[in-house]
Amino acid sequence: MSTQTDFAALFPDEVVTQARTRLLDVPGLSGKLALITIDNGHDHTRPSTFGPGGLTSLNAALDEAFAAEPAAIAVTGKPFVFAVGADLSGIGQIAEREHAHQVAQTGHDVFRRLTESTIPTFAFVNGAALGGGLELALSCHYRTVSEGVGAVAFPECFLGLFPGWGGTQLLPNLIGADAAVSVIIENALNQNKMLNAKKAAQLGIFDELLESADFLEESVRWAVRVVNGEHTVQRPEIDRGQAWDDAIERAKGIVQAKTQGASPAVTKTVELLELARGNDLDAGYAAETEALADALMTDELRSGLYSFDLTQKRAKKPAGAPDKSLAREVNKVGVVGAGLMAGQLALLFVRRLKVPVVITDVDQERIDKGVAYIHGEIDKLQGKGRLTADAANRLKALVTGSLDKGAFADADFVIEAVFEEMSVKQKVFDELEQHVSPEAILATNTSSLSITEMASKLQHPERVVGFHFFNPVAVLPLLEVVRGARTDDPALATAFSVGKQLKKSCVLVKDAPAFVVNRLLTRFMGEIIAAVDEGTPFDVADKALAPLGLPMSPLVLLQLVGPAVAQHVNETMHAAYPDRFGISENLDRFVKAGKTAVWQFDEAGNQTVDPEVAELWQQGDNPSTTEQVRERALKALAEEARLMLDEGVVAEAQDLDLCMILGAGWPFWLGGITPYLDRAGYAEQVNGKRFLEPGVASVPPA
Amino acid sequence: MAAPASAPADSRSAARAVRDVVFVDGVRTPFGKAGKKGLYAETRADDMVVKVIRELIRRHPELPPERIDEVAIAATTQIGDQGLTIGRSASLLAGLPQSVPGFAIDRMCAGAMTAVTSVAGGIGFGAYDVAIAGGVEHMGNHPMGEGVDPNPRYVADGIVDPSALVMGSTAENVHDRYPSLGKDRTDAYAALSQQRYEQAARAGKIAADLVPVSTRSGEQGWGLATADEPPRPGTTTEDLAGLKTPFRPHGRVTPGNAAGLNDGATGCLLADAETAAELGLPVGMRLVGYAFAGVEPEVMGVGPVPATEKALKRAGLSIDDIGLFEINEAFAVQVLAFLEHFGIADDDERVNPWGGAIACGHPLASSGVRLMTQLSRHFAEHPEVRYGLTTMCIGFGMGGTVIWENPNFDTAGSGK
Repeated sequence: MSTQTDFAALFPDEVVTQARTRLLDVPGLSGKLALITIDNGHDHTRPSTFGPGGLTSLNAALDEAFAAEPAAIAVTGKPFVFAVGADLSGIGQIAEREHAHQVAQTGHDVFRRLTESTIPTFAFVNGAALGGGLELALSCHYRTVSEGVGAVAFPECFLGLFPGWGGTQLLPNLIGADAAVSVIIENALNQNKMLNAKKAAQLGIFDELLESADFLEESVRWAVRVVNGEHTVQRPEIDRGQAWDDAIERAKGIVQAKTQGASPAVTKTVELLELARGNDLDAGYAAETEALADALMTDELRSGLYSFDLTQKRAKKPAGAPDKSLAREVNKVGVVGAGLMAGQLALLFVRRLKVPVVITDVDQERIDKGVAYIHGEIDKLQGKGRLTADAANRLKALVTGSLDKGAFADADFVIEAVFEEMSVKQKVFDELEQHVSPEAILATNTSSLSITEMASKLQHPERVVGFHFFNPVAVLPLLEVVRGARTDDPALATAFSVGKQLKKSCVLVKDAPAFVVNRLLTRFMGEIIAAVDEGTPFDVADKALAPLGLPMSPLVLLQLVGPAVAQHVNETMHAAYPDRFGISENLDRFVKAGKTAVWQFDEAGNQTVDPEVAELWQQGDNPSTTEQVRERALKALAEEARLMLDEGVVAEAQDLDLCMILGAGWPFWLGGITPYLDRAGYAEQVNGKRFLEPGVASVPPA
Repeated sequence: MAAPASAPADSRSAARAVRDVVFVDGVRTPFGKAGKKGLYAETRADDMVVKVIRELIRRHPELPPERIDEVAIAATTQIGDQGLTIGRSASLLAGLPQSVPGFAIDRMCAGAMTAVTSVAGGIGFGAYDVAIAGGVEHMGNHPMGEGVDPNPRYVADGIVDPSALVMGSTAENVHDRYPSLGKDRTDAYAALSQQRYEQAARAGKIAADLVPVSTRSGEQGWGLATADEPPRPGTTTEDLAGLKTPFRPHGRVTPGNAAGLNDGATGCLLADAETAAELGLPVGMRLVGYAFAGVEPEVMGVGPVPATEKALKRAGLSIDDIGLFEINEAFAVQVLAFLEHFGIADDDERVNPWGGAIACGHPLASSGVRLMTQLSRHFAEHPEVRYGLTTMCIGFGMGGTVIWENPNFDTAGSGK
């Protein structure tokens, strides 16, 4: 291991997690227990991570522990946190492979001391154990966990990395290859799903599950029994044959489905899990170290860290939001519209804000159906155990319907989700203004119409905001908060406050057509459709973006959004920017024919073009290749993103990326989109410059 | 309870039967020294009570937790980590069923003792079958007198002398009251307490009653308290002779012949005798009687005397019937005042055989149950003894005494 000063200087801003050793006399144990506590000196809002300083401290604590020749060695964390992984901010600054290699190697070296120890070693996992923290626990011979622990996971693949401090080798040899695939690959790629203590113990990650009230005391008691031979820890026999083969195949399938091979490190994970079959830590760790050093030096991983950082920090502190103190209280909400979208919105508002929610529509029948739908959804939640009976009663009582708009008189916040047409929406707002107070916020869920125009006929246009959700509302976190030309700060502050209470990630957007997500998606979809119109086969055009690993191909996205909706947005965009947004007559015909999907699937799962669609789609005779379609679509995105930034639609490229990640589910390894456009050269080709400085979402210059 | 004159004479007006109360078992945390450098400097008082409750449950798997009818926990200063109705709060934190109620109680030094007597009254009356009683004081977090606001009339109307509010001064006052109790005797008693404690500790007797407690330290990392922190083994009268007398110049009361400022928690299980038999709970002691009495606050240390006289009289016993004593050692002089009154020698083997608070500490509200737990162990070791007594002086001028009977007492072939 290199000298301490060199190593520690790698991460100049590291919040060092100190490791402290205490030698304890324990009843029933002949000899001492060396208890190592890892603690970064902050409370649980700043969990402990490992950088070079932390590893160095742990190494010294182990020196002290071993020197005392104790009967047992145990490691535990500060209250609520065991350790949550490597210091990601430090990793983001590494510019040389040699340093990445050092970080990888040192983690292995230090943790492995616990594995190779002839003195029994224990991890008393008292709190969150993620990534490198979990690897530290797995490196010990035995593990207890507190029932109160809610976060046990390997999030690395979620970021575009893999557990590189032993996780890929230790976990499958402890709990079996299939369970390891579930934890390392499946959960991570499934929105970073985590295990709680009970589930983790059931999988075999922990040997003993203990109540939290006296977790440390009972862990020590348990450890004494193990050391004295009074309790033998049972470990399952690991199937290294067929079961391992099947697990690897399953892993490959998941990786392909979720990434299409666009994340080199995630692909590598499967290789490392296969290597673990040999249960040879020397070979396995050596492979992990080299692979980790490589992975840390890829732009894909740096974009992943950038994306993660955006979703953790920028998402919670929206750029450009007015002072929080200007926000008004919202104690009653109105929803105009009783259709599916409005129903989803009403349900979200009542669950999160727990205030009266009144819905309205054009007739009583629609209203009754709407309320019934919402009550039904509440009942479903109760049935699933997500709500107690008391809570369900409370929420149902809060949701009512009214034909008479007078019921909105004391509403503080009203959102409309009616038909996407300006005159209809203006009429709704005009009617509402007769009843609501001058300060009540009037919000619109429009995806493409102008907020300014919608507010223009009102007496108090300053309280109108765009409040654009993404479907499905319960799942997608993005909320585009749109400031109209006359919108004032208190109204905007209130919108951000409500958005936060709804547990959405808000991004401030200027009142420009289709805001962010729909504008970018429409621009890029437009290129795909145009290519098909020109004569490119459907599957050639649809596969063109496969190397990016988008959540779904363009034509599948079109189906999900709904071609009618998509065409509607197209029309708005074409009116605003005719040079860049065309109208496809084929798509028009497609919509008028009532078609929703280009693709159809037979029983075997084979994908073919719906013959009726092929029939109505009049293609030209100028097909493009996959590469040409890809290039054209990405250049279009680069152009559009640049124009949006120049127009001030959002403050910075980071906001565009955050929107695409949280609103369109675009993957971390693209960094949303602008890092990818930089990396692939399109930003410079089209705009003459990058979106982001090198090092922000890519490997920094050496 | 007298029947109203107009009511017909029937079984309802018959005297209510009192049930027998038994002390099942008791445990405590190791005691620590109060203050920033003490064992429990970063540990919460309520967490200490939680460990005690959980240990009682763990030691008695034969007791279904839902059978516990009350959790009475004493603390002198009932705010912060000793607030929130600690009997209830600590029960919930300990994982007892939500159906088990709890309360908080205070009689300063005799808090836990009062928790026991109150709950015992409930059992005797038939309102409870099984209960937990105990006490806690974290004097590091809550020094004596925290938040108090004495009424000016105390001084203005001469209700108490100012010295009554300082425990050490009351001890000096006891020396004045009983001039035959000199510093030579109190120091000798203190050294004896340390010596007896050490012997008992070496024999493993102290550890048997302790529940280990995890102790947080931001600076050193987690530790585990497994032994009392305050004892000073090997203390001699020479060591004690030179100590300062903080309450009076050239006084007699020193930090060495008094208990220190400490942190700790205690708890015990009490039950109706029939319920104990039904559940298969062991019987450590049987409650015979108890009494509290007030004395002049300026000499609070003599409290155990009238309390004991009263308890003995009510029980129809005399001091000669008592074969074992656990008396709290707030100050050596108050122990000796009690012994002298009853004609018991300073070094009588029946008194505090395992040493006392001078060695292990006196976390105010908790001590009463420590005395009881230890007495129950002595009863097990001495089947020839029939009656024992736990007694303590109480700040503000009181004494409390509880008389117990040894269930192991064997009438045939016992001499006493």
